[in-house]
Amino acid sequence: MRLMSSLSAVFAAVLLLQVPLLAAKEAVPMAKDPVLEKIVNEIADELRCLVCQNQTIADSDADLAVDLKSQVRDMVREGKTQDEIIDYMVQRYGDFIRYRPPMKASTYLLWVGPFLLLFVGLTVLILNLRKRRLLTGEQDAALSPEESDRLTQLLKTEKEKNKS
Amino acid sequence: MRFLLPLGLFTVIVGFLWVGLSLNPSEVPSPFIGKPAPDFTLQQLHDPQKTFSNKDMLGKVWMFNVWASWCVACRQEHPLLVQLSRAQLFPVVGLNYKDERENALHWLREDGDPYVLSVVDKKGNIGIDYGVYGVPESFVIDKLGVIRHKVIGPLGPAELQDCVIPLVRELEKATAESPISDEVKKACA
Amino acid sequence: MIPEIGNFALILALCVALVQGVVSIAGAQLGIRSWMELARPSALAFFVFIGVSYGCLTYAFVTNDFSVKYVVSVSNSMLPLQYQIAAVWGGHEGSLLLWALLLGGWTLAVAHYSRNLPLEMVSRVIGVMGLISVGFLLFTLFTSNPFDRLLPAALDGRDLNPLLQDPGLIIHPPLLYIGYVGFSVAFAFAIAALLGGHMDATWARWSRPWTTVAWVFLTLGISLGSWWAYYELGWGGWWFWDPVENASFLPWLVGTALVHSLAVTEKRGGFKNWTVLLAILAFSLSLLGTFLVRSGVLTSVHAFATDPERGVFILGFLVVVIGSSLALYAWRAPKVGMGGRFQLVSRETFLLTNNVLLVVACGAVLLGTLYPLLLDSLGLGKISVGPPYFDSVFLPLMVPLIFLMGVGPMARWKQASIPDIADRLRWAGAVSIVMALILPFVMGRWSALASLGFALTFWVFASSVVNIRERMAATRKNSKAGLLARIFSLPRSYLGMHAAHIGVGVFIMGVTMVQTYEVEKDMRMEIGDTVTMGGYTFRFDGVTQIEGPNYNASRGQILVSQDGKPVTVLFPEKRTYLVQTMPMTEAAIDTGLFRDLYVSLGEPVSNGAWSVRVYYKPFVSWIWAGTAIMALGGLLAVSDRRYRIAARSRRKEAKLKTAVGGASLATEEK
Repeated sequence: MRLMSSLSAVFAAVLLLQVPLLAAKEAVPMAKDPVLEKIVNEIADELRCLVCQNQTIADSDADLAVDLKSQVRDMVREGKTQDEIIDYMVQRYGDFIRYRPPMKASTYLLWVGPFLLLFVGLTVLILNLRKRRLLTGEQDAALSPEESDRLTQLLKTEKEKNKS
Repeated sequence: MRFLLPLGLFTVIVGFLWVGLSLNPSEVPSPFIGKPAPDFTLQQLHDPQKTFSNKDMLGKVWMFNVWASWCVACRQEHPLLVQLSRAQLFPVVGLNYKDERENALHWLREDGDPYVLSVVDKKGNIGIDYGVYGVPESFVIDKLGVIRHKVIGPLGPAELQDCVIPLVRELEKATAESPISDEVKKACA
Repeated sequence: MIPEIGNFALILALCVALVQGVVSIAGAQLGIRSWMELARPSALAFFVFIGVSYGCLTYAFVTNDFSVKYVVSVSNSMLPLQYQIAAVWGGHEGSLLLWALLLGGWTLAVAHYSRNLPLEMVSRVIGVMGLISVGFLLFTLFTSNPFDRLLPAALDGRDLNPLLQDPGLIIHPPLLYIGYVGFSVAFAFAIAALLGGHMDATWARWSRPWTTVAWVFLTLGISLGSWWAYYELGWGGWWFWDPVENASFLPWLVGTALVHSLAVTEKRGGFKNWTVLLAILAFSLSLLGTFLVRSGVLTSVHAFATDPERGVFILGFLVVVIGSSLALYAWRAPKVGMGGRFQLVSRETFLLTNNVLLVVACGAVLLGTLYPLLLDSLGLGKISVGPPYFDSVFLPLMVPLIFLMGVGPMARWKQASIPDIADRLRWAGAVSIVMALILPFVMGRWSALASLGFALTFWVFASSVVNIRERMAATRKNSKAGLLARIFSLPRSYLGMHAAHIGVGVFIMGVTMVQTYEVEKDMRMEIGDTVTMGGYTFRFDGVTQIEGPNYNASRGQILVSQDGKPVTVLFPEKRTYLVQTMPMTEAAIDTGLFRDLYVSLGEPVSNGAWSVRVYYKPFVSWIWAGTAIMALGGLLAVSDRRYRIAARSRRKEAKLKTAVGGASLATEEK
């Protein structure tokens, strides 16, 4: 059924193509000003739709998201900067609306944490490697001749086993 | 000792998760508490010729309730608001949010009008100014025009009895911007 | 009647799991052979009972038994059969049962493929998995029983969430769960080793293939979820750093670290403690992921089926499983030996640095995911942590990781030299730099991030080529054979590694291209209107109303042509599902090797005109091709001769009752 309908649709499309494209004209963008819209979307991408589960107001079609987006649009048109617009939103809805948390006392750990963790991780790794070298230094110096003989012997027998 | 570190970290995370279970992640606290209510001057719902401004209420403790006829949860709190208005404890001003005038008036005629008056926010701009994100919402505003409390979602009888009414009483007694008693603070938290 | 059988089978499975867990482990600890021998049969019995239970639930779905509460909540009589079967895991209760079924499957697989392992080890591993099953079944039976009845029965069901009615989502959760649950095997091996006190290279060799297979499934599961988001959500995003996505990404990051650290432990006997810890963490994070998704502590687009009471139960379960294993770790790990010696510059060091980077990346994602909760529970306010945060901390951690990916395979075990590696990689570096400079101009626009992306992509490709060439030059034996034949005569695990690495390169290429060079247009189109982008012309030929099995849809028709020749016809849909009356966007995509054409239908605007979003997405399919190649690499690695031969010879030895592992073991332990 589905196949049939899509086949017929393709057929119809091919037929349509045969007809000289009289009506064909360039479509118009939904936004009156696509350049403005791009800026609006960049800002809207940073803002959380408060009534949605976890979406930006750029991605959401909820009423509030549409309202807030048009508010952003108005403000961009008035020549407000991105920071001013985000401040405006934060004043009204709190930091919750920002997907990029602000740098402040309660979020230092959030922003610095990963790099602090990296620093600690690498330091621990290097210290550990140094310590290992000291600890395993003598004990594992090298295999004694007898030991290495035994090892080659073992490897040989394993190999033969594998072949069989 | 260092082998206990993972266990320690895990314990800390569990602690937070435990507390987190009793929190509501989608409730957004208002950044306006303790700040002056944003100014507005709007048309009144019943008489579009008249306007109303939040400054008209200076010197009174009042509640600013955001409502709409299309809002299902408003239906839930409406009877309580009507009761409240009968008791005449404090004035409630309505913000008719993104609504059709006809529908709004019809609603008030059918179900009672608990508001001293309602103002019209046709496009939702004042809603944005007040950080409204879900209707209904209610703000308790003191004599100096400062927002002291915000109720998100329908107002329930318990919250009204334990928090809003005592809070309004204290605010009415206060002469200047005096602190709220711990008791009320606790009830409103 | 059938649901009661299912319920009863579930209770029996719980009893069996108790025996499996308690008796096998006790037997191993006390050295009672007959108890240990119960492990394998109980694994089989558990799988049978849980299978029967799962079968009964599926039966209830297929027969539209609306006296079962869970069936009512996620199914509907109009739902097509394949979705009814998939709806079994479409909600919370059924997902748990699927978890348990898969856990049973993995346990059975361990029981089957471990004939050559010491009985003590096997019974411990199976025992640990039994205890995990106990936890999951208790959770299912007490808080989320899928067989609960509804009296009186409902007339019809509330239907499966329309978002989930999609072929991609039929297989996404099972793959993801196979991966999650698969890490329980590595976990069980680690716990068994800690319990037994024998931790050596053989332990790593045993758990390595299991880990890799779990990793493969997790990779595919995550990737499929991302692909689904791409075509289903209507604007072509493929990763949102949503808490639920992060929940699956965390075990993946640690699992990837584990796959690499197992290599060090197996080959060189080193860093056993670290490897054991990673094995514990990988599974712990899988469980944490389940908690985050199921408890509702975080807001997410995927927050279906959340309930704080269940949250308390899972948290308790987490505390028992993770807490006890970390405590065991703290107790036993200090006694584990150091392993083989190596120099500061060596493959060991590179692999460990990779581990640090991956674990830190995991820590960063975990921090970002939990931070809002952390602040909220301390009463410090509410914040949101979203894509801008994750992008800005994740990228700086990935750049050195990708760089090391080229270097690591060039370094020798034990001791390597940086000048030597630099010399061997110099033309790989040159290729990478040249591509970083040229490609942005070929694409028509320069951007620093794009340049970085191309540099990393070609660094990965070129260094792999260099490495494979060197390896082939070293084994000149059959130089007369064709190039491909010679490549494929290399060990599979080696090829697997390079395949996985090249997969990462392919992935980065896709991400870089689509992030930088995507074209998006949101148009108002009347019938006959055209829009042109990327050399393609899209002509809107109107919208027709169609009827699906359980939805109505407006279907747009868009003819795509290039240089006047038709390329394809796209049919984007806007569906409204009858039961949940939820509008759904079904984008239409023409997938190609170098670009996707992506069209989604918006709303009707005015007399016959619609808003239509048209996208030109260069190389976007490389994102998923890359992850598929990674997974393929994993499969190549597990199919390596080494495992098969090792298994075969060990089996022989087991028959002769001589401890052959002891030979290699003795040298490793030196």
